[in-house]
Amino acid sequence: MFRNNYDNDSVTFSPQGRIFQVEYAQEAVKQGSVVVGIVSKTHAVLVGLKRNAEELSSYQKKVIAIDSHMGIAIAGLASDARVLSNFMKQQSLGSRLTYGRAIPLERIVLHIGDRAQTNTQHYGRRPYGVGLLIAGVDDSGPHLFEFQPSGMTQEMVACAIGARSQMARTYLEKNLEQFADCGRDQLIGHGLKALKETLSQDKELTVENTTVGIAGLAREGSVGKIENFKLYDGQDIVPLLEALEAATSGTEAVGAESMEVDS
Amino acid sequence: MNHLPQAWGRPRDDVYGTYDRSYLQTSTPNSHTQSPAVTGTSVLAIKFNGGVAMAADKLASYGSLARFTDVKRIRVFDKTTVVGFGGDISDMQYIDRLLDSIDVEENYSSNGNTLNAKNVHTYLAKVLYKRRSKFDPLWNQILVAGFDDDSKPFLSSADLLGTTFSAPHLATGFGAHLAIPILRRLFPEEMPVENIGKEEAVAALRECMKVLFYRDARSLDQYSLAVVTSDGVELKEDEKLEAQSWNFAENIRGYGTQVN
Repeated sequence: MFRNNYDNDSVTFSPQGRIFQVEYAQEAVKQGSVVVGIVSKTHAVLVGLKRNAEELSSYQKKVIAIDSHMGIAIAGLASDARVLSNFMKQQSLGSRLTYGRAIPLERIVLHIGDRAQTNTQHYGRRPYGVGLLIAGVDDSGPHLFEFQPSGMTQEMVACAIGARSQMARTYLEKNLEQFADCGRDQLIGHGLKALKETLSQDKELTVENTTVGIAGLAREGSVGKIENFKLYDGQDIVPLLEALEAATSGTEAVGAESMEVDS
Repeated sequence: MNHLPQAWGRPRDDVYGTYDRSYLQTSTPNSHTQSPAVTGTSVLAIKFNGGVAMAADKLASYGSLARFTDVKRIRVFDKTTVVGFGGDISDMQYIDRLLDSIDVEENYSSNGNTLNAKNVHTYLAKVLYKRRSKFDPLWNQILVAGFDDDSKPFLSSADLLGTTFSAPHLATGFGAHLAIPILRRLFPEEMPVENIGKEEAVAALRECMKVLFYRDARSLDQYSLAVVTSDGVELKEDEKLEAQSWNFAENIRGYGTQVN
């Protein structure tokens, strides 16, 4: 009987040049619930859809603050994400201790990228089963990075990973031009709208299942150069959802009117 | 047969005779640096309006012997920061290599993230403290000059114990005794740094270097002079003391062989 002999470990190439274990890990990312990230000239936002394993359980964390200037959003194995986020927290604290400086985003992203790559090249290890979006600000402004289990990292303008994320990406591609000049609230609005696109018919964004994290450059006249990474979870998210509601119902009303004219 | 752990992996006594344990020990305990060897003397630095100036002579002494006369004790870091070293020269060279390597690391990612003088000072203070905690200190006192996170002039010191402090003017070694009082008289503490011009600050440093050459027997009349401003670092490594006057020497009594 046919058996794939090339997927037993992550160090063996298949004759087609593929490493199946890495691809399987990337499947794990696709099983995770969706997270969206967008960056403008002033802010970087992360939006995530939380899932609860059963009716009686709490919702799985999707956005994690790493340091005061950055946070991550996760899709895939939450336990692997916890290992990575703990590592990132250590690295950023280390930078603050030895240099008195917030770690540059590119630096920490390359670091976890290297760690993930090592896992794909050592016998007896397995790739991380999680994809990350890393958002934050440093001396060179706001940034958004994507991280994959293969160790691949990329800087992005906007990105979505996880289950049904293609719908969100379509939305992001359609509105790409607007993101750069977005204000803080507008950017969150785009994030939530992109997230909404991915929902199946019977689902909607609620206080329980929506989470938002945002960091940015400080507004003129405020103290400090950056606006710290802020996590909106639970009741904090209510105003953001209400703003989304107001924005979308406005456009829908126009749509409904034109429908009437049609008939 | 001896089965005890201390005999594991060693030739059997009953076959090869008693093992000569003296090979396992060195004759003396490990010892770390207890005193510096080749040393540099004072480093002076002063903040002025829009920058910092620093000076250090080019002598490296081996005890009281003037061993090397062309040692550059001020180095530039990342075009925006200067670091001046007093104390052991070989430890200075080691720290110089450390700084080179973090400079390289920092420049791998080229998009706008740089270490400023404050970051470099924090780093060096951590290195020095780590080494003193190993009881193997790097025998230096270091001045770091440049700009901080808010692009304001920055000047701070770190020494072999890991102690740090900062002031509008700082000096290491003999300069701490001879130059600081002069600088304090020229630029009193309550005088804001904004009132001190660049030329004024540099002139004061040159004057202090002269006094140090008169009175510090481990100093030299050739020195390096660095000026950091927002335009970058201007480092001159071939400065010479000018207009020396040794007339005062006649009046010194109490040293040497004179009778009265």
